[in-house]
Amino acid sequence: MTAPAETYGDALRELVLGDPRVVVLTAENRAAIRQLPDQIGDRFIDVGICEQTMIGMAAGLAVRGRIPVVHALATFLTLRAFEFIRDDVGIAGLPVKLVGGVPGFLSEANGPTHQAIDDLAVMRAIPGMHIFCPADASELLAGLPAVLTSPSPTYIRFNASPSRLHHAPFELGWAEVLGEGNDLGVVSAGLLVPYVKEACDLLRGEGIQSRLLNLRTVAPLDEEAIAETASRCPLLLVVEDHLLVGGIYQQVCEVLVRRRLSVPVVPFGLPGRWFKPALLADVLDHEGFSAAKLAERMRQAHRSALARSTGRGAPDPAERLSSALGGRSPS
Amino acid sequence: MSDRNDIGSMEQLARRVRAHAIRMATGGGCFLGASLSCADLLVYLYTRVLRTSPERVADPTRDYLLLSKGHDVPALYGTLAELGYFPTARLANHLSTADHLYWHPNRAIPGVEFHSGSLGHLLSVGMGIALDAKLSDSPSRVFVIVGDGELNEGSVWEAALVASAKGLDNLVLIVDRNGFQANVATESLIPLEPLGDKLACFGFSVTDVDGHDFTALEAAFAELPRRRGRPTAIVARTVRNKGLPSLEGRADRWFVNLSPDEVQMLLDELHGADRATLTSAPLVVR
Repeated sequence: MTAPAETYGDALRELVLGDPRVVVLTAENRAAIRQLPDQIGDRFIDVGICEQTMIGMAAGLAVRGRIPVVHALATFLTLRAFEFIRDDVGIAGLPVKLVGGVPGFLSEANGPTHQAIDDLAVMRAIPGMHIFCPADASELLAGLPAVLTSPSPTYIRFNASPSRLHHAPFELGWAEVLGEGNDLGVVSAGLLVPYVKEACDLLRGEGIQSRLLNLRTVAPLDEEAIAETASRCPLLLVVEDHLLVGGIYQQVCEVLVRRRLSVPVVPFGLPGRWFKPALLADVLDHEGFSAAKLAERMRQAHRSALARSTGRGAPDPAERLSSALGGRSPS
Repeated sequence: MSDRNDIGSMEQLARRVRAHAIRMATGGGCFLGASLSCADLLVYLYTRVLRTSPERVADPTRDYLLLSKGHDVPALYGTLAELGYFPTARLANHLSTADHLYWHPNRAIPGVEFHSGSLGHLLSVGMGIALDAKLSDSPSRVFVIVGDGELNEGSVWEAALVASAKGLDNLVLIVDRNGFQANVATESLIPLEPLGDKLACFGFSVTDVDGHDFTALEAAFAELPRRRGRPTAIVARTVRNKGLPSLEGRADRWFVNLSPDEVQMLLDELHGADRATLTSAPLVVR
């Protein structure tokens, strides 16, 4: 037995060497797989800066029985090559694994062209597409074998950030509860989960007990876990580095409507604008997603909900959001 | 070189394929112009070049044909049915919800290797198949038919760059050079010539051929790959609506939806009768 893989590149190498079907493609994005060319030989295929061609080729490889794992920055993958993903991978339902680099806030100072904050919306619109949003490096590595052996096309919102979280064993389509409590329900996925966890821990010290749901896969969506959280908690927060359009917030709302669950839902996401480009820590602080900023926003939301339920007249967080959105109802 | 009998039987088969396409051009219609321009190519490839058969549709060593300009699929349906991939009677189901014979190809039809419809996709899909054949030491070769109008799509040229970079000499790109895109002559909108030179610059070994001359096609496809380490491109000069002099080369007869009488007139014309005069309105659908 070898030691467990510590990096994405190591884990992918093990999967390639252990399964002759797996091939690795990249549109010249090698950041996470730099050592693979030497390690997996002709099963490493760099097509140059040609995202559309890469997806078409991946479909051709998959129709021959291969499991292509393709790499490009998330915006160029999901947007430049969108129609190729939809047509060649989606219509055929081929097991192509789409690894989108620097999604959401991870694009840091690149600016709006690189901000994949609509990737969940577009990938979710493809019938049969799975979406894996690892919260950190350990969840990425834990989920990779299941994602690669699943017969479904899958978008992986790549996130190999280190974190101190201890995760439950990974099972595709099952959310993980990272904290128990009945005062606040918090739903998140991906990069922000460790920050949300830290914020929940801060509030716990103040007597506010949060139930934190880490979705892990946005499709399939663990509707049961969302419904259970909604039925236990008087207020639901959804935290995501994505536009409110087509992201996790809207999916959560759909679940609640479908199941006739009535609970205020407050999104902490991007309400129709690009985020301020900067280094990650500064982006998080500026946009209100650092642990401290999240804790403050959660505290306020909780306070407002409490005031409302005890009739003290503080504005309803959902109403405040509604006015911020120009009068449209958030849920 | 094929003998006179082979050519005669290919001509007969091509005429039957054209007749199928004409019969599919009613009750909703089909893209007849492009179907008739590539009918001879498909018949030639399936009878003389492709190492595949109805019994080999799952054989990983078979050759692949991909129709990237999927709107000419009536010619493919007709060819596959005539060669026994599925019963010719099934062609009567064209556009019926009870079957899968619609305006673009899909894998529910035996012999169809990949679906298409959106232009500019299947060169790269074919490259993936060709690359896998190389990785798995399979003798499979991949033939991708694109339209000349389709060459407007940047994705074709992007894929062409990569095909030669990867040395995919088991890949053959065939351009159905009928001179038209949907509504107008290619050269009047986005000129493609000198097309062979362009493809050669992208690293293909290129041949130009009359796409309706079986003897010439025999020479063009005689030796593949034409150059070791390079993909092949064959520019097949064809005529829109070939086989129907009343419609040949007409910009306004690409997609047609014929009355039953018109179908009969065109079938008669195909078999040597006088030119038909269509009264149905020219119809362009995209």
